[in-house]
Amino acid sequence: MTKNKLISVRDVYKEYNNGQVVALSGCNIDVERGEVVVIIGPSGSGKSTLLRSLNMLEPPTRGEIYFDGVNLAGRDVNVDLHRRKMGMVFQHFNLFPHKTVLQNITLAPVRLKLRPQKEATADAMRLLGRIGLSDKANEYPAMLSGGQKQRIAIIRALAMNPEVMLFDEPTSALDPEMVGEVLDLMQELAEGGMTMIIVTHEMGFAKEVASRAVFMDGGAILEDDTPTNVFEHPRNDRLKDFLSKLL
Amino acid sequence: MGIFHFGTTSFFNFSFLPRYLSFFVKGIEYTLLLSVTAVAVAVFPALLLAIMRLSKNRLIRSISGAYIAVFRSTPLMVQLSLVYFGIFGVIRLPAVTLFGFINISMFIPGVVALALNSAAYVAEIFRAGILAVDIGQTEAARSLGLSSWQSMSDVVLPQAIKNVLPALANELITMVKESSICSTLGMMELMWGAKTVASTTYITLGPYVLAALIYFAVNFPASKGIEAIERRMRRGDKK
Repeated sequence: MTKNKLISVRDVYKEYNNGQVVALSGCNIDVERGEVVVIIGPSGSGKSTLLRSLNMLEPPTRGEIYFDGVNLAGRDVNVDLHRRKMGMVFQHFNLFPHKTVLQNITLAPVRLKLRPQKEATADAMRLLGRIGLSDKANEYPAMLSGGQKQRIAIIRALAMNPEVMLFDEPTSALDPEMVGEVLDLMQELAEGGMTMIIVTHEMGFAKEVASRAVFMDGGAILEDDTPTNVFEHPRNDRLKDFLSKLL
Repeated sequence: MGIFHFGTTSFFNFSFLPRYLSFFVKGIEYTLLLSVTAVAVAVFPALLLAIMRLSKNRLIRSISGAYIAVFRSTPLMVQLSLVYFGIFGVIRLPAVTLFGFINISMFIPGVVALALNSAAYVAEIFRAGILAVDIGQTEAARSLGLSSWQSMSDVVLPQAIKNVLPALANELITMVKESSICSTLGMMELMWGAKTVASTTYITLGPYVLAALIYFAVNFPASKGIEAIERRMRRGDKK
């Protein structure tokens, strides 16, 4: 069991303005390899902050975050090295607008000298083929639809061969007709055994794809259980309230 | 006597032209060469100052802040004098002449003074340009494992520089005008040409009117051109 543990969050607090604003108050969560964890909760509940603390985009005020046994929140840790293994997908895609689709995908592997340009390009073309966007390789992001942008953002992260993929509301900025194509790709990843942590409002997707569901409110994790238990048999009152508002 | 006469104090007495045209032609050439070189030279320290200004390290931030404050809060005339008589009073430059009319021992101190001054302004332009790039760009780059320097050089700066090109061009226009101050030290740019012609011919206004017309003829179309490019860039940015 424990050797399969990939991420371990221990008593993580995130405070702003010297403690006047508390975004995370003592979060604990473990994620094993191959798990697909969805994090749900009302806006401002701290779910994005928790996700972003996992790769230190939002370093915690105190607490430990272990990734592959290394405490990323510790001193003298080169976070850049660990981030390579943690793919991240953002709500607003964050593709690099001054680079082509192909350059977006190959920038990090080549710049970090993980692969020569030729090999990185071949990898990128294979990934683009997988999502049916080979013909967009030399286009700039401005020419793409939202759904295409987000799928390219996903394979840009995949090109680093990450051990975990973090998704921060990946479909929230999309037009409704484009949500499906992104969720399909994510489902495909999940079925391929990728470890995934997903902050989302797509409850249908969460029920279907997740192996675990986490409910957060007020900066704390209030439920952490199977999707069936969380969605069908909620125990926490705030979770019940949250789910009732969605229907 | 009104202003519409053709005596030596007339605004429209250009009788000096046939004989002294070369002062104005060489003058504007000198002015343009001086300003373009100064701004081009200023870009590098300005970029460094802008990045220092955005550093997490307080000391680095204050060094850059102090530089910018000093150069923006003192007159260019004073800076020019200090550079010319101070720095280049110690460093002796050879009296080599470029293109037949540009004396290196004058030109280089002029470029250095204007560039040091311009760097402070261009640094603020770059700083605004860097801050205008969406923070998500840095986050995406960092999440892929790029270092903060790699994110800056490969992702943020190329976008920032494209955004500030119009502001940089405006700085060049400012420099074309400001460089007229170099005439006080005898650099043979446009303003110096006008002054020299005025004092040689005793035609006191015409040469300055002509200088003004030449400055205007260069700067006005240039600023209109920049506006047009800016409009097109804004349209291009819409998705």
